[in-house]
Amino acid sequence: MSRADDRLHIANVSRRGLLKGLAGASALLLAARWDTALASEQAQFGAGAMPGGWVDDPNVFIQIGSDGVVTIVNNRSEMGQGIRTSLVMVGADELGADWDQVRVRQADGDQEKYGNQNTDGSRSMRHWYDPMRRAAAAARLMLEQAAANQWDVPLHEVETRVHKIVHKPSGKELGFGALAEAASQFDVPDRTALVLKANSELRFIGKESGLVNGTLESAYPKAIDGHDIVTGQAVFGADIDLEDTLYAVIARPPVYGAAVKSFDDTEALKISGVEKVMRIDGAQQPAGFSPLGGVAVVASNTWAAMQGRKALKIDWDNGPAGDNAEYTSDTYRKSLEEAAGSPGKVVRENGGDVDAALDAADKRVSATYYMPHMAQAPMEPPVATVRIRDGKAEAWAPVQNPAATRDAIANRLGIDRSEVTVHVTLLGGGFGRKSKPDFVTEAAIVAEAFQGRPVKLQWSREDDIHHSYFHAVTVDRMDAALDAEGKATAWRHRTLSPSIGSLFAPDPKHLQEFEQGMGLNTMPFDIPAIRLENPPAPAHVRIGWFRAVYNLPHAWAIQSFASELAEAAGKDHRDYLLDLLGPDREIGNLTVGDGWNYGEDPDKYPIDIARMRRVIERATDEAGWGRKTEKGRGLGLAFHHSFVSYTAIVFDVEVDDEGQLTIHRADIAFDCGPQANPERLRSQLEGACVMGIGIAMQNEVTFEDGVAQQGNFDTYLVPRMPDAPKVLHVHLIDNPDDAMGGAGEPGLPPVAPALCNAIHAATGKRIRKLPVGDQLSG
Amino acid sequence: MISLTINGEKHDLDVPDDMPLLWVLRDVIGMKGTKFGCGISQCGACTVHMDGAAIRSCITPVSAATGEIETIEAMAEDTVGKNVQQAWLDLGVAQCGYCQAGQIMAATALLKKTPKPETQEIVDAMAGNLCRCGTYNRILAAVEKAADMESSQ
Repeated sequence: MSRADDRLHIANVSRRGLLKGLAGASALLLAARWDTALASEQAQFGAGAMPGGWVDDPNVFIQIGSDGVVTIVNNRSEMGQGIRTSLVMVGADELGADWDQVRVRQADGDQEKYGNQNTDGSRSMRHWYDPMRRAAAAARLMLEQAAANQWDVPLHEVETRVHKIVHKPSGKELGFGALAEAASQFDVPDRTALVLKANSELRFIGKESGLVNGTLESAYPKAIDGHDIVTGQAVFGADIDLEDTLYAVIARPPVYGAAVKSFDDTEALKISGVEKVMRIDGAQQPAGFSPLGGVAVVASNTWAAMQGRKALKIDWDNGPAGDNAEYTSDTYRKSLEEAAGSPGKVVRENGGDVDAALDAADKRVSATYYMPHMAQAPMEPPVATVRIRDGKAEAWAPVQNPAATRDAIANRLGIDRSEVTVHVTLLGGGFGRKSKPDFVTEAAIVAEAFQGRPVKLQWSREDDIHHSYFHAVTVDRMDAALDAEGKATAWRHRTLSPSIGSLFAPDPKHLQEFEQGMGLNTMPFDIPAIRLENPPAPAHVRIGWFRAVYNLPHAWAIQSFASELAEAAGKDHRDYLLDLLGPDREIGNLTVGDGWNYGEDPDKYPIDIARMRRVIERATDEAGWGRKTEKGRGLGLAFHHSFVSYTAIVFDVEVDDEGQLTIHRADIAFDCGPQANPERLRSQLEGACVMGIGIAMQNEVTFEDGVAQQGNFDTYLVPRMPDAPKVLHVHLIDNPDDAMGGAGEPGLPPVAPALCNAIHAATGKRIRKLPVGDQLSG
Repeated sequence: MISLTINGEKHDLDVPDDMPLLWVLRDVIGMKGTKFGCGISQCGACTVHMDGAAIRSCITPVSAATGEIETIEAMAEDTVGKNVQQAWLDLGVAQCGYCQAGQIMAATALLKKTPKPETQEIVDAMAGNLCRCGTYNRILAAVEKAADMESSQ
């Protein structure tokens, strides 16, 4: 049977019912219908390799009402990256919908129905662009078929225009709303019958809008939640407002792994509004996503709960914490620096004998870099509401990973996952913190004691910073050999950093494959002898994902050191960097010991030197690299490849006699391959630049005897408006031909080294320890 | 019993004198637009107006909230506030959006007092409002745009 004659090929019956509702087919049934290419993709790489895989059933994602309103389901968590706008825009464009008649519905946590929902790794658009376009193209074809049937004309005589179907010969028109009911009677067409729109037919995808480097290109299409946000109507996790809610806070053990020995709640219970004080059992180490335990205070409002907590007297038992109770940052840094003097586990070795080359070098350059612990500190501290009744748990929470949240609640309560519902609210920032659902499980534990009543568990800012899943502290020891011409002939990089693996298993003390793959073994320089080592580093706090993760220290060390090599060679930094990269070529990840590649197919996503060169050239050209600057002013450069995208940044900074830094300008070049929504790409790069300035200048959590020494924004400093660049330009590389890369994270890693390189250009001072803090004064 | 005037509406509430206005708004009255970010007046997410000036509701005891309180929920009806909101939308300022109610309240208070601020005045006035998404450049541009909308009316 020819599929060409059968565009509405009868598919799985379970796909029937498009547009009638959102209770669609299960992905498991669909699996039987995947064609070979898609099936193989499903199995190995990309979205297909993620738990739950991808789903492109229009029944799951698209609903059209008889009033013409199109509702598109967004299955990924919105934390500021704009996915609710961008992914829905992709669907709306392919469908042919009028943006003003498009609404979004947020999917509950259900990976069997919606495919993978774990919103991290800069994956949302790169994994969901294609499935969403297919779902929308299928729905459009069904609308076209409905119109053709109604007019009794061949399908090829009709076409979709904005929110309507037109019969080309006669000019007859029917709106989406008028066709929705008839279209819903069809089975979903086979994937092979789908014809995606040509680029020339697209209205939103890949089109610039919004603010483009200071010029308003177009204020349309607007962000889907924009109006709700500016009027205070948007519902974040903190804003869930259910009848009869109780409010809870928890006093957690100050040291990771410690437990409650005893507590006295006499005074707490005297606080007006406090209803109950209860012990929360913590998990054994490693804690994973489990709560830390402590003492919960439950009250009629958040303030009363906080006051009650202040009045608690708790005796902590540091015994179970072991040597975590001696964890002191200064001592730990020195121990890592010392360990960096000895060889470590070799994670990559190419070419000749690195040690011999270092010993024989005309010039040897060495430097040690330090990046401290940091807390993600999203503006909305962790918060969740849970109600338990009749053996079922219902959660409303700002979570990046609703599936893990569901499992965590089910495991802790000892009920089946099917008895747990997770409604995903807007996230007031995530940055990796809200990938971990410990705070939702805490709410569930408290809610279990108040059957039928919603319990809102609120973290204070101090809770957030004391009990983050901290970004790993890192020492990077770099050594290179230069020949008489200043060319690098050997490169040895020792990185020491506690592993996120320590959160889930006995501390491996070494970086896991995905951690090495974040800019360490993927280091692209064309140097004859390369050895990368990873000596051990134990974890003493919860280590977790922070936007861009281990790319942060790796890019900071490698890009800072490249600048030092250029200086030692007496060469221009850009010229030297391009020389280090060597000839344009594609490097297979496996050839440098990276079996991870962000989960992507190494053939589709090689390490591409030409793309690195292009972002470096673009950023430096836009910044006017090489121009003369007055005393105290300088330009600094860095680039990095992460989340299968490419970023380069040039900063133009000034440091005055008092050591006060002014960032006059930042030029960012970014290549993520095809651009779904350039407007939100720009916003991600702009935001990453500002956040990265904080990493360079301010962010640090230190520990004394296992206790975090910073607790709020008066001590844990983050960028404010005066810290932002005065001019911030993002230059998107037009590159529709490569595979789509990530966007949320890759802007961050090169920021700190570029800024520190600029500080060096302005002052001659090398920054090797972050944050810069007061290092510029005196 | 404490008496508050919020967005022109009087509320008589049985709450402790020292309860911060923030939690009265959010948990007692149920107005969720004003956000909790730090509790110590460091981040500005809780910014509201009292008699037209920006205050931090997280450190303002409800007993001290004796003036006319206005919150983000009233800004669409405010001649300056609605321009600020429009500028925010036109320039796509918000990322996650959590801090933006406080940012808009701070910007509106500035423009009420100083309708045509210099760039440095905007930066100074907004320096108390944190945004972890890093939207400061767009916030600055939006305040300038809103100021232009003011003068063009």
